[in-house]
Parts: sequence; structure tokens; C-alpha cells
Amino acid sequence: MKFTPTFRQLAIWLSLSWLAVFVLVPHLLVLVTSFLTADPSNLAVWPLSLDAYARLWDPVYAGVLIDSLYLSLMATLCCLLVGYPFAFVLSRFSPGVRAVCLFLMIIPFWTNSLIRTYALKMLMGNKGLFNDTLLALGIIDAPIRMIYTEFAVIFGLTYILLPFMVLPLMASFDRLDRSLLEAARDLGANAWQRFWRIIVPLTMPGIIAGCLIVFLPAMGMFYVADLLGGARNLLLGNLIKNQFLVVRDWPFGSAASVALIVLMAVLLWAYFQANRRVSRRGGLEDENLT
Amino acid sequence: MSEASAVVQLSSVTKRFEQQEVLREFSLSIHDGEFFTILGPSGCGKTTILRLIAGFEHADSGQVIIDGTDVSTLGAEKRSVNTVFQSYALFPHLTVFENVAFGLRMARVARTEIESRVKEVLEMVQLGDFAQRRPEQLSGGQRQRVAIARAVVNRPKVLLLDESLSALDYQLRLKMQSELKHLQRQLGITFVYVTHDQEEALSMSDRILVMHQGQPQQVGTPRQIYESPRNLFVASFIGETNVLNAKILRALDDYRYEAELEGRYQRIIHADRRYQPGDDVHVLLRPEDLRIEYLRDAGDKPGFVGEVKDRNYTGRTLDSIIELPDGLQLRSSEFFDEDDPDFDYSINERVWVDWVHGWEHVIPAENLNR
Amino acid sequence: MKPLSRLRVSGLSGLGLLLAGLVYLWLYLPIMLLVMNSFNASKYGHSWQGFSWKWYEKLWGNSALIEAFTNSLTIASLAATGATLLGALLALSLHRYRFRLRKLSSGLVFVVLMSPDIVLAITFLIVFMALGIQLGFWSLLIAHITFCLPFVVITLYAQLRSFDPYLFEAAQDLGAPESAIFTRIVLPMLRPAIAASWLLSFTLSLDDVIISSFVTGPGYEILPIRVFSMVKVGVSPEVNVLATLLILISLVLVCLVPWLLKRKA
Repeated sequence: MKFTPTFRQLAIWLSLSWLAVFVLVPHLLVLVTSFLTADPSNLAVWPLSLDAYARLWDPVYAGVLIDSLYLSLMATLCCLLVGYPFAFVLSRFSPGVRAVCLFLMIIPFWTNSLIRTYALKMLMGNKGLFNDTLLALGIIDAPIRMIYTEFAVIFGLTYILLPFMVLPLMASFDRLDRSLLEAARDLGANAWQRFWRIIVPLTMPGIIAGCLIVFLPAMGMFYVADLLGGARNLLLGNLIKNQFLVVRDWPFGSAASVALIVLMAVLLWAYFQANRRVSRRGGLEDENLT
Repeated sequence: MSEASAVVQLSSVTKRFEQQEVLREFSLSIHDGEFFTILGPSGCGKTTILRLIAGFEHADSGQVIIDGTDVSTLGAEKRSVNTVFQSYALFPHLTVFENVAFGLRMARVARTEIESRVKEVLEMVQLGDFAQRRPEQLSGGQRQRVAIARAVVNRPKVLLLDESLSALDYQLRLKMQSELKHLQRQLGITFVYVTHDQEEALSMSDRILVMHQGQPQQVGTPRQIYESPRNLFVASFIGETNVLNAKILRALDDYRYEAELEGRYQRIIHADRRYQPGDDVHVLLRPEDLRIEYLRDAGDKPGFVGEVKDRNYTGRTLDSIIELPDGLQLRSSEFFDEDDPDFDYSINERVWVDWVHGWEHVIPAENLNR
Repeated sequence: MKPLSRLRVSGLSGLGLLLAGLVYLWLYLPIMLLVMNSFNASKYGHSWQGFSWKWYEKLWGNSALIEAFTNSLTIASLAATGATLLGALLALSLHRYRFRLRKLSSGLVFVVLMSPDIVLAITFLIVFMALGIQLGFWSLLIAHITFCLPFVVITLYAQLRSFDPYLFEAAQDLGAPESAIFTRIVLPMLRPAIAASWLLSFTLSLDDVIISSFVTGPGYEILPIRVFSMVKVGVSPEVNVLATLLILISLVLVCLVPWLLKRKA
């Protein structure tokens, strides 16, 4: 191990200091900022105060919070309803076919999610493809208003975030030991019982991981709300962005983010609980890391 | 084999996986209450037979009959058989109690009855105190017992065990072998056990089916299989065997023949069927059928003279390899003589060797690449 | 049809295949619409009014958009390279070395992985302000490297763990110093995972909107920011053209990577 000391130190210190400067310190700074007082010219100044948190309870902002919780929850549900059977189907393919399927899911990312959201906007417009098709099929007589509704936002969030739901679910299905399903069958469980008593509990880490990965980011996707939901502040992301980039009330924006982080911590805790229940292994692939 | 006492019957079953025939026109009947073992090397089709009985696979043609009912088209969840899986397949998200109760819950057995039956069966496998544990908190032997308990609590007609002991270490395996045998007698359930381990098969089974490449080789009691193997595969798969080529010269009476062994030794052999002069046969000799003596003690008794090439002390037996002048090697295994602990031959010593007459087993010749 | 027969064996119903097909149709419908409209003479794309290259010509004239486009590709490829390098060091030290702050390192990687983009975005903004880093090229690059990092670490770490641990000991036993183990054993075995990490980082960087919106500066504009201001106001057919070009580039890259890997191996 003659080469080790230098290489080892380089590897450890370079990576660790990057993480410290650009991850640890910034997160702590957000926490600190949330307790500061807003100041139009200097962004955030002493003294410490709880003003920002108090304002979170203001009905206007609490309303945004509740709205964005609702929209994110609906998007998460839609992702789960579509993604669960979809991931199941993909997990049944042979490895080669599955790799191609995964790639097909990644390719849309290359167009940038903002551009894809813009495409959705065109699809859902009053003269968009959806309305045109429905009109041509005779299902409706006049165009439905889709764009600038909550439905459009949920639709857009589901569209953008579906791959993030599918990936952890597929990992879960991969880990699902097929002999357990045979054992359940052997013990007299029919397809329905096998699904609810074996498949769902055993893929629960994947379900929760997927929901976590969809639900939290969904609240931040201000551009989806901007393009598809109209000018209103619909998502927590719009609120935070406004506070930081427009109104310049950094403590308040930070407090809203801290609220999001707390929510994340609670959900993560639930995830690890569920994960422990199912098995020592499983869930997010990174759990070996921590 | 009366049809009436058969609890499991496969008739003319053919099973293909992606064009490859695993079983062809395969028939089998398993008696009620017996410990039946299907023995064979991996890939011989033994697990497929088990899965056909369990209902995880369905035959391409032929019938599977369990307890007098044709179940060929029924799925596993509708058959009154249960399986102990090779990997145990315990549900990781359920406790030991819930694992064992699973089948009863599926059958909508009353709550109180579930409670008592699960407790009873857990006591029986000595896991009464482990009901609230999770599978991951158990040792290999304990998991094995939970798997068995989970299957037998449903009181199946037949219990199917797929290589169930192979994951355990040697000592534990021996212990579980006797426990399984005991359990089977206690429950009176038919056990169908699949293994590639011939020792396990011999020690536990009432009857054994030896499989090779999808073909049944022989069905019989452990003793029949060991002492009267029907062909070379059975003889060589189960225990060690010396195979001598021989030609029948003439019949002495119905079962005794004069034969020429390896083209040079004329001997009298005992067979359990009729042969004609000129027939090629194999004479099978187990190592323990052979007797070795010092040349000076043997005098000119008929027998072979060979050189000791290797000696191996195993604790209970002394095993030797003796090479005959034409290069043929015989393996012998003698019980260690407590009265004469120094008794031994030296390497390269010339000795007299012969078998205990009447212990040889004669089968028709097969093509051998030797 | 071999794949189909295999599908039947694994017990997939036609319903499942139909579902998978519909999901893919849904995923690709908006993109197909963009590609189609990039050739559509109509500005609003409501109906087909004939084939035209005019939006391509218009894009050619829109130097600000083209600059944003090349800036995006520059940031994405630099960030992917940086994240892969840093992530490789991190994965390697987490896997091979036991050090005091190991738990902290892995914990921070996990934090980046789990934090919603909006949270990461403001943490970056605040730290750049605090450190006095001018918003622009460097802030974008640092932010992109950081948010791609966990994906690289997870990919490489999983790969490292899948190796037989005795491989390294075997190399040591045969007299290889640490440097040789790294260059002759670890790197060649990691090559597919490194390629995958790079591609994944490139993809994530190109896809990002939220973080870029916060750490971008007036001096260095990248695509999503430029496009955002264009499409918020109205319809911009040049964006269709850009999307088409991006898809084209991605397809070329996708075909190129396996070919490059094969050639090296």
C-alpha cells in the first residue's frame, strides 16, 4: 500500500470537502436564514426571529401549502396507479428487453422537462390535440377547458415524474422472490389474495420510495404550475421561487423550504420503518451507503 | 401396487419446457402414508415431478391424480398438497405465527381454531417460543422447521419436500433427517421428498424412485435399490460399485452360471434372472462385498491376485484399491477389526481378493466406455 | 417471434402489454407532437399546413437561443464529467476505505439524493451568495455537478459491491500495489458503470429546470431559462426545432456509446 496515502487522502478529502462546502453548509445556511429577519436591501439580517415561520400560518400561504399538498398527492397517486402495473409488466421482461424499455423511458429526458411541459400545454389547449381528437370522435361537442386547471397541473406532474416512480418500483419487483408467490399459492391463496397479502407488502419499500421521490419534488415544480396552471401560485415551489427571486424575502422562502425538509424527514422515517418491516435489504439502492 | 392405495398418481405425463422434453410418458404412483423419495442428479426431472404434483406446472399431456381426483387442470391453490420449498420461501414481512397461519387464513378457518392449530404445530416442531419472531431472526434449522410447520398445519394429503435439507450443514442435516422421519410417522401424511443425496434417500425413505435424464430408472425400497440395482446408473449413483464385465459360459442351474470375468477368470456367479450362454453381463460388487487375505493365508483358493495400490483408513472401515494384473482396479472396504488393530497391508503388497459368494449382483451388459 | 413466446412463459397477459404500450405512447406523444410541429408551416400547430423548414431557419437567426442551447450542452457535458470524476473518488473511498467521516459523506450523498430540487436550488443560491460566487457559468457548473453526484455514487458503489471482494486481495497477493489495483482492476471493471453514470448525469443536467433557474446569471444563460421566458409569453415554434435537435443528438449519442464501449473492450 505504498501509493495509498496520497491517493487515499486525495480521494477522501476532495470528495468530503466538496460535500461539506456545497451540501452541508448550504443546508445549514438555509436553516439559519429561515430564522433571520427579512431586509429588502440585504436579503436577510439579524436579529433572529420566528417571523418567517409565523407567516407560514397566514391563510394565504397556508392555502398555497394545502393546494400544493393536494396537487402533489393527486400526482403521486396517478403515478402510482399507472406506474405500479407498468413496473410490474417491465419486471417480467427478459433483461435485454427491460434495458431497452428503461432506455425508452430515459430518452424523453433529453428534451428537457420544461420543453415537454410546453408540449403538454399545446396538447391540452382549447384547439390542442386532445380536444381535437375528442371532438372528432364525437365524445364532446365543444372543447373542454383543460389548460390552466388543476387537472392540467396534475396531468403535467404525473407526466414529468412517472419515470421516478417506475424505477424504485422495478427494483422492488426485481427483489420479489418468486418462490414466495408459489408458496402462497401452495397454501391456497388466490390471485387477489396473493396480490394484497404478498406482493403489495413486499413491494412496499418500492411504493414508498417511489411516492417519496414523486411527492416531494412535485411540490417544487413551479414551471409546471406556471405553464399549465396559469398565473396563480399553486405549488410551494412557486411560493419559494417568488420569495427568493421576486419579492426577495429570503427568510420566508427559507422557512417554506425548511417546512418541506421537515416533511421529507417525516416521510423518510416512515420509509425506513416500512423497509425494516419487510426485510433487512431492499428499497432504495443507496441504503447500503448509509 | 394396488391403485386403491395410491394417494398420488401420475399417468403418462409429458412435460416440455420450450421444446425440450423434461418428462415423457412418465407414470408413477405413490402409496398413502409412505415416505417416498425421488432421487437423481440435477436436471433429471425430479423437481419437475414435484412441481407437477404441487400444481405449479401443468402437464402437456397425461393426468395427475391426487386422492382419487383428477387435478390435472387445478392450480396449486386448489390442491390438497403442500410444499416445503428448497429456499423455505418464508414470507419475510410476516411473523413465524402468521407464516404458519397463512394457509389456514386462506381457507377461512375460524380464528380460535387457527390459534390452537398453529400453536400445536409450532410446539410439535419445537418453536413454541418463536411465534412472534420474524424469519430473518431464525437460524437455518429453525427456518426449516417453520417451513415444515407452515405446510403440515394445513393437514395436506401429501407433503412435498424439495431438497429441503440441502441448505443445512452436515450435523444439522443428520438431525433433521431423523426428525423428518419421526414427524412423518407421527402425522401419517405421505411425504414426497426430492433429493440428489443418496445417503439421505437411503436413510429416510420407504421407497425410492431413481431418476436419470427424465427417465425413471428403478423404484423400490432402499434395500432393493442398493442391493439389486437394475442398471449401471442406479448401481453407480447409489454407493460405490465395482463393475466387472463377464460372459455367461453355461448354466449350472436356474440361477447359477459359470461365467468368464474380464476375459480371463472363470467363476461361478449367482443371478436373479435367466441368461443364455454367450450373454454379456456385468457383475456388480459393492466394496464391502470383497474380502482380502494375505497370499500365504489364502493358499490356492479360487480368487484374484492383485497388488494393493492405496490404503485409506476412514475410522470405521479400511478402504483399499487393489489392481489386478490386467490393470483393472477393485475398491474394497473392510470393517476395522478391533481385535487386530495392527492388521494392515502395505502398499504394493500382493494380496488375494475375492467376493462373498452370493452377494454379487448381475445385470445385463450395457454399453460402457471404459 | 421469440420475445413473445418468452413473454407468454412468464405469464404476461395481453392486458399488461397493452398497458405498457399505452404508457409509452403517452410518454412519446408530446415529443412526437414537437417534432411534427417543427416542420409545420403553421405557427400555432393546431393543424398541418404543409412542410416547412422555416422554423429551422428562424432558429438559425436566433443567436441568443442558439447560444443558450450550446451553453446547455457545455454545462451538461462538463457537469457529467465532473460528477463522474468526483463520484468515482467518493464511491471508491466509501467502498475501500474506512475513515472517520465516512458516515457523514454517505449521509450527505443521501441528503442530496432525497432533497427536492427546489430545496437544493435555494441552498445553492444561498451558499453562492455567502461565498460571493458570481451567478453564471461557475455557479451552474458547481450546482449541476453536485446534484448529479449521488446518482454517480450509487451506480458506481453498487457496481463495486457486486465485485468479488477477493479480487482485490488476489491482485494484492499477486504483488499489485494499490495504484495498479486501481488502474488495472478497478477502472477496467468499472468502465460500463462509469459510462452509465456519465450518461445519467448528462441526462439529468440537460433535463434540469428548477436548480438552473435559481443559480443562473445574466452572463450565462442556458436553454430552460431562455425557453421559459419565451413560452410563458406565447407560442415559439423555434422551441419545437430545438426539441427535435435534442432528440436527434440524444439518439446519436445513444447509438454511439455502446459502439465506443465495444471498441474499447
